Amino acid sequence: MPFTLSYSNTIKTKNMELKTKIHAEDGKQEILITREFDLPVELLFKAYTESQFVEQWMGTKVLKLENKQHGGYLFETLNANGEIVFRANGCIHEFVPNQKIVRTFQMENTPFPVQIEYLEFERLTESSSKITIHTVYKSVDFRNQMLKLPFAQGLNMAHNRLQEIFTSKD
Amino acid sequence: MNLRRDVFQAIADPTRRSILMLVAAQSMTAGAIASNFDTARPTVSKHLQILTECELLRSEQNGREVIYHLNPNKMKEIADFIEPFRKMWDDRFNTLESVMKSYQDKISNEGSE
Repeated sequence: MPFTLSYSNTIKTKNMELKTKIHAEDGKQEILITREFDLPVELLFKAYTESQFVEQWMGTKVLKLENKQHGGYLFETLNANGEIVFRANGCIHEFVPNQKIVRTFQMENTPFPVQIEYLEFERLTESSSKITIHTVYKSVDFRNQMLKLPFAQGLNMAHNRLQEIFTSKD
Repeated sequence: MNLRRDVFQAIADPTRRSILMLVAAQSMTAGAIASNFDTARPTVSKHLQILTECELLRSEQNGREVIYHLNPNKMKEIADFIEPFRKMWDDRFNTLESVMKSYQDKISNEGSE
């Protein structure tokens, strides 16, 4: 049974089921992300394969997206000054419509090595579906650093906001 | 503390998670905890030992009995470690769901016209 990181939350609010689950066992260089959607599997899959949708939910520009074996993709996000704040690319190894995508993912200009992602799309009912993303990292340390990234960014953002408040008072 | 016994390993086990739920509600003696499970008493003791070693539980000797308390700080530590990562994905997936739902509404409206 996967451990969900909402553990201490479930003690407080036992009945509240969290939709997105992360299974991250200690000492392993992989994680499992699962999520169920109120969407037919075809639409869930489309969200991953059509640039206009990827751009909307990932919040990034899609410069390239070739949905086929030996294809690749390139995402880029610019800030208000036109500087690149996020750029990621990867190769597509397997592509089975409405079922499976196997791809690599690498963030450019960061110390993080390439990771491999196994995406599985599953039909639950006519109108619901599930995605399972199995990600394998280069090492346990890189996995843990990647998991901590949003936590660190959150701290930085809070810190910057504090700085803004203090500097604006001057 | 045995470093090989990590909190994540500790809570990967369903029986240990159940023990944590029990003790979270109320501090309990080892005997009272064991009475909630069909598993043999030594097995439950082993689980308690693992949970204590990784500091999720704190044991207190009380006469002949050992009372187990939850260590809420350690629980919080585990949850906080990946929670922002989980939240980031949850937010993204919520957006995905609403983007695709409005697309679904749009195509079904066009189809009925």
